[in-house]
Amino acid sequence: MKRETIINWVLGLGLLAFPFAALYLDEPFYVTLATRVAILALAGVGLNIALGLGGMVSFGHAAFFGIGGYVAGILSQHAFNDEPLFTWPLLISGTSDMPVIWLVAIVICALVAVFIGLITLRTSGVYFIMITLAFAQMIYYFAISWPSYGGEDGLSIYVRNGFPGLNTLDPLQFFLICCAALMVCLLLSARLRDSRFGAALQVARQNDVRLAATGIAPLNIRLVAFIISAAMTGLAGALFADLNRFVSPSMLSWQVSGEIMIFVILGGVGRLFGPLAGAALFIVLEFYLGGVTEHWQFFLGLILLGVVLFVRGGLLGVLAGRRDHG
Amino acid sequence: MTLALFTEQLLNGVQFGIMLFLMAAGLTLVFGVMGLINLAHGSLYMIGAFICATVAVATGSFWLGLIASLAGAAAAGAVMEIVVIRRLYARDHLDQVLATFALILIFSEGTRWVFGSFPLYLDIPPILQGAVFLPGGVQYPLYRLAIIIAGLAIALGLYLLISRTRLGMRIRAGESDREMISALGVDIRTLYTIVFALGAALAGLAGALVGAIQSVQVGMGEPVLILAFVVIVIGGIGSVKGALIGAILVGVVDTMGRILLPQFFALFMENAQATSVGSALASMAIYILMAIILALKPQGLFAAGA
Amino acid sequence: MKKMIFASLLGLSLTASAVAMAEPVKVGMITTLSGGGSGLGVDVRDGFMLAAKMAGNKDLEVVIEDDARKPDLAVQIADKMIQKEKVDILTGIIWSNLAMAVVPGAVGQGVFYLSPNAGPSALAGKGCHENYFNVAWQNDNLHEAMGGHASSAGFKNAFILAPNYPAGKDALTGFKRFFKGDVAGELYTKLGQNDYAAEIAQIRASGADSVFFFLPGGMGIAFMKQYAQSGVDTPVMGPAFSFDQGILKAVGDAAIGVKNSSQWSKDIDNPANKAFVEGFQAEYGRLPSLYASQGFDTANLILSAMNKADVKDADAFRAALKEADFDSVRGDFKFDSNQHPIQDIYVREVIKEGDVLTNKIVGVGLEDRSSAYVDACKL
Repeated sequence: MKRETIINWVLGLGLLAFPFAALYLDEPFYVTLATRVAILALAGVGLNIALGLGGMVSFGHAAFFGIGGYVAGILSQHAFNDEPLFTWPLLISGTSDMPVIWLVAIVICALVAVFIGLITLRTSGVYFIMITLAFAQMIYYFAISWPSYGGEDGLSIYVRNGFPGLNTLDPLQFFLICCAALMVCLLLSARLRDSRFGAALQVARQNDVRLAATGIAPLNIRLVAFIISAAMTGLAGALFADLNRFVSPSMLSWQVSGEIMIFVILGGVGRLFGPLAGAALFIVLEFYLGGVTEHWQFFLGLILLGVVLFVRGGLLGVLAGRRDHG
Repeated sequence: MTLALFTEQLLNGVQFGIMLFLMAAGLTLVFGVMGLINLAHGSLYMIGAFICATVAVATGSFWLGLIASLAGAAAAGAVMEIVVIRRLYARDHLDQVLATFALILIFSEGTRWVFGSFPLYLDIPPILQGAVFLPGGVQYPLYRLAIIIAGLAIALGLYLLISRTRLGMRIRAGESDREMISALGVDIRTLYTIVFALGAALAGLAGALVGAIQSVQVGMGEPVLILAFVVIVIGGIGSVKGALIGAILVGVVDTMGRILLPQFFALFMENAQATSVGSALASMAIYILMAIILALKPQGLFAAGA
Repeated sequence: MKKMIFASLLGLSLTASAVAMAEPVKVGMITTLSGGGSGLGVDVRDGFMLAAKMAGNKDLEVVIEDDARKPDLAVQIADKMIQKEKVDILTGIIWSNLAMAVVPGAVGQGVFYLSPNAGPSALAGKGCHENYFNVAWQNDNLHEAMGGHASSAGFKNAFILAPNYPAGKDALTGFKRFFKGDVAGELYTKLGQNDYAAEIAQIRASGADSVFFFLPGGMGIAFMKQYAQSGVDTPVMGPAFSFDQGILKAVGDAAIGVKNSSQWSKDIDNPANKAFVEGFQAEYGRLPSLYASQGFDTANLILSAMNKADVKDADAFRAALKEADFDSVRGDFKFDSNQHPIQDIYVREVIKEGDVLTNKIVGVGLEDRSSAYVDACKL
């Protein structure tokens, strides 16, 4: 087995084992912490498809994260109050069923990504970074001033949405759902990376002209990757809303876009399990430093700076050595 | 709305644009010459305001504070360049984003550590207090006029610096071909430090000037930073002319949007709802503007080297 | 994000409280101590800790963490405090949106939540909860009082503005609820906006005889400074948030003479308030703010309940809290059925005492004000 594969197994199994160890030690809070890591890692896995494989530096993935969250919040609010979402042209009611919510979140994020992608992918480099940010900011300000769903106050989910056959109120079962979603998406990204599509995407990142010469339009390849990326991040957003039992415009803010990006960079851009490593490190630092000093952000900044200056290629770059492709 | 009010609002828009230009000028310079995304530019803006406020309170002179903010921000910029930024030129934009994001955390929390959690006091100098009457009967704050003049002076100064001086020649050369200029014997490292310090000084100056009529507090840099990025992207990265025009465009669109959109919706909506919808759209206006411009001109209005 | 185990520090001071209850009470404080707006969190914390220190009750244990004004971080800390630290009471949140994120989940897990600052309407009406107590005000209160004051001061035509977010809309609605005159203009600004030239021009053009604004934090500082330079001399008024002790210095002389509404002021004449103001200055070397007074009252409410009931007996402790049997620094203080305060809201004026800007009470805006949403609460 390659070294990176071993590390991936360690990371995956470590995440899975962590809550059980926590429960064994009677520290139930760590289950919640592990769930948070799993969900934010999932958001990073989504971004990694655009960023790592496709070279599209999106500074606006909070848009999809937040939209996913709002889908969960809005559908469950309507289900909770027993009010239909629309009565025309056909009756659509809310739901508190996670699989339905996920499906809706994925579809809506994909649709939004089509729209945003068609406009933004005409640009590249810094312009792409900034135009994706612009779209996220538009949605952010829209959410703040949109009164029906709480505006800046956000929207509470009074009872966590359900999953058939499971009790989602139990932290461990909810963790397992999130962990499963993460693993499925990791598997999907691995398949995607090794597929013909993935190969074309990576060629597009390195050399547009070469790809165009083979008769494949780079724009279409990128757009599809952007959509898949957005959908995964949207799914993470829906889960995050259920974890916090709350969704608010802060999920759409540019700081969140930055944080998701940090997970990916910390872990190692383009590495399959990079976002998991990055999210885990970031959350643990935030949690640990927060308990030690009031000036924790100062030290978090120093550590992040140290990592980016002296640890080339992120955590997995150090642990697993150079990448052998891409 | 009367014509006088409309003119006044237009002036307000231009003036807001000039304030944004003060911030954007340094950002676009650093970007154009070194190809660096500097998220911490907002921190330099904050540092400038804090230094100015501290010195102004200690000495009783706003002008000493202003000079101190220029010098202090330039020094902070030079140190930042030598210690951190220098290592980032060869990296991709991702590493730059992460490193300068980390710098934001360090500077924000560091400033709070030193200066405490409460906003500082910084008032405009007595000579610029009050309002004056402009031709046409519009009453306008003197300080805002001073900002417009300062902004235009800086734009002119930058133009002269870049087009007429030896340093400017090197900067232009650095923008177009990095290897060539160092092969010609120019000390590129020093040049970069100077350019970065210059950009930092501009940010610090902007922080001090704007801080006097806004609030001097931790976190003041980030909202302006985002706006400044919008400005330089609209204008075309690296182009000072683009930054000036982009800034004024953003300033006018934002200001007129805030005023006109609620009134527009009031034509066919109930008043309270129109205010709410109009304001919501107004807060999105500049991002919509940016998306439209980039959709039509993916390199911005005045792309450098285009 | 400082974490303090307070109980042990208190060993030396004063005598222990008269009634020694079996169980210590553990309070988790989640508040904003870093980044923008941290001044408010610092004041709430300092006010709270001052009360704890003055009481010297060894059974009160406090853990404090910083939420950095992020809702999801606040939720995580709340879960940690409830599940890991096993706190009995949560408190400390400054912002409505963070309160909305944390409170329903926290009270659902069986702990008490005492709000030292935010009072969103949702939690005062339909979403009220038996374990949720608000020790500050319902969000509309101060604006309502300003509306009442504007009417009685004879203003007929007010221009009103606030940021375009729920608290801003509540503010203008609250003002209009008690203002009998006309509204010359109503504006919603962008949240976080710092340049108000365009709005001030509209105020001048509107012909209003007064201006009411709610622009918390840096927004208010910017507005006041720019307004002072604009040459417009229409009188301004607003809630205390833009004229309170922590912020007044930054606003500067532009604030002198402005009327603002508050449920507390440092010149309220009662022994509790005197002890508080003196104690605060002695301990921290600055004048206390509105937020510090709210933190101080919150701690004293908890201490009063501790003397009556064991926190592990939730029903008894809840009843003890509800009695509000403590000497509030604001004078009369009791809870309405939705567990929000019934209190006087004063009108203050910004003055200069020597070199220091501060406030003095000039009247009462609303007497014994409860909240507009109390009927929707089914407690």
